Amino acid sequence: MNPLPDAEKLCVQLAAELKPAVKPSTAMIGLYTGGVWLAERLHAALGIAEPLGTMDIAFYRDDYHQQGLARDPKRTQIPFAVGGRDLLLVDDVLYTGRTVRAAMNELFDYGRPASISLVVLADRGGRELPICAQYFGCTIEVAKGMRLRLLRDDRGKLKLALQHAE
Amino acid sequence: MQNNPQLNENGELRHLLSIEGLPRNVLSGILDTAASFVGVTEREVKKVPLLRGKSVFNLFFEPSTRTRTTFEIAAKRLSADVINLNVAASSQTKGESLLDTVSNLSAMQADLFVVRHGSSGAPYLIAQHVKPHEHVINAGDGRHAHPTQGLLDLYTIRHYKQDFGALRVAIVGDILHSRVARSLIHGLTTLGTPEVRVIGPKTLLPAGVEALGVKVFNDMQEGLRGADVVVMLRLQSERMRGALLPSAQEFFKHYGLTAQKLALAKPDAIVMHPGPMNRGVEIDSSVADGPHSVILPQVTFGIAVRMAVMSIVAGN
Repeated sequence: MNPLPDAEKLCVQLAAELKPAVKPSTAMIGLYTGGVWLAERLHAALGIAEPLGTMDIAFYRDDYHQQGLARDPKRTQIPFAVGGRDLLLVDDVLYTGRTVRAAMNELFDYGRPASISLVVLADRGGRELPICAQYFGCTIEVAKGMRLRLLRDDRGKLKLALQHAE
Repeated sequence: MQNNPQLNENGELRHLLSIEGLPRNVLSGILDTAASFVGVTEREVKKVPLLRGKSVFNLFFEPSTRTRTTFEIAAKRLSADVINLNVAASSQTKGESLLDTVSNLSAMQADLFVVRHGSSGAPYLIAQHVKPHEHVINAGDGRHAHPTQGLLDLYTIRHYKQDFGALRVAIVGDILHSRVARSLIHGLTTLGTPEVRVIGPKTLLPAGVEALGVKVFNDMQEGLRGADVVVMLRLQSERMRGALLPSAQEFFKHYGLTAQKLALAKPDAIVMHPGPMNRGVEIDSSVADGPHSVILPQVTFGIAVRMAVMSIVAGN
């Protein structure tokens, strides 16, 4: 099996790709947990004026009636007005698209953004909804029973990893 | 194997009947979830879609304004449909039994029952008889328990004091008739509070209250010394049988919280009260409205805590 791409390199690459798209109206939101790590990197690299927003979509998930409420949902914090903003929504891995749908539903409870673009480190295919990423670091084919995750070590280094899904 | 009627086979919260017997991780899970719901209640759109399509029945066999209203707001902010039943004034007076009332509501496709009842244990009886997809939350039963009030008190303490591990908490007044005190004491000890004190006249302290792991004080001055948190309880005149007290004035003199007595607690102590307050009986207005008081934030946090409890039980 091919080794997974270097997450640190993908970060640098994504930041370079995003740079021309940043406008005064741009603001960024990271999705817990991996998306927040990636967003922290991109937000600093791009010098976006508005502070970074963070979002946990636990209260908007579409599998609540099967799975119940996620344990220990983080608090969504969006420290800027969403209305009229060009938003960069950041997640680590794009898979079924259900997380992104939930995030967009939650976002619209904060206001009406001018636009939302999706930024992910890796697109692993397997979409179940009509959603795609405008910016992605790489595409990786991952078998169905496997989970592609972003990890962060003690020194803050990011790394992609494949795990067996529970 | 499973003898805690509140938990399902995976140890998850299915009904909330009492704080007593809930493991620490379940309690702190509720408080953590409530913290995220506080974020929702501060937004312009204060609603999330979790309980869309679910029906919540507020079954109040005893009058209550604040608790019923905050449960109603919480359910509505979770997008549930809410039906308020003031049962004291309905079928029960025509002779319908508690379980018949519940069966009828179940036939109307209820998902969640929020129950307030004058008899201790009534929510347990309902929980034993509901269908697998139905959930019960105790909103106060007799003198027994008031778990969501206990949880919102715990949430408030954690909000202002962060860690339970070094706290001295004093609960003052009518401990005997207080389901709030009982729930709070269980929660505080489960979460590792090193010192919980109860302060009151002998006639208003239940026999053997020390067994709950609290220190007992009959002298308020002594009991308040060095406290981080002061929880005042309402003098429950409607629950009193016979003369446990000479008079309300006499009670205020000895156990009413005044600025002078509060000065014995830590300088950054917080003052809590579950409401409704009897000003001039258990608490002086200058304290109730003063800088140490967190009585109104308690009410606001109560909504987020109830949102957390409802969304956790309805999902398990």
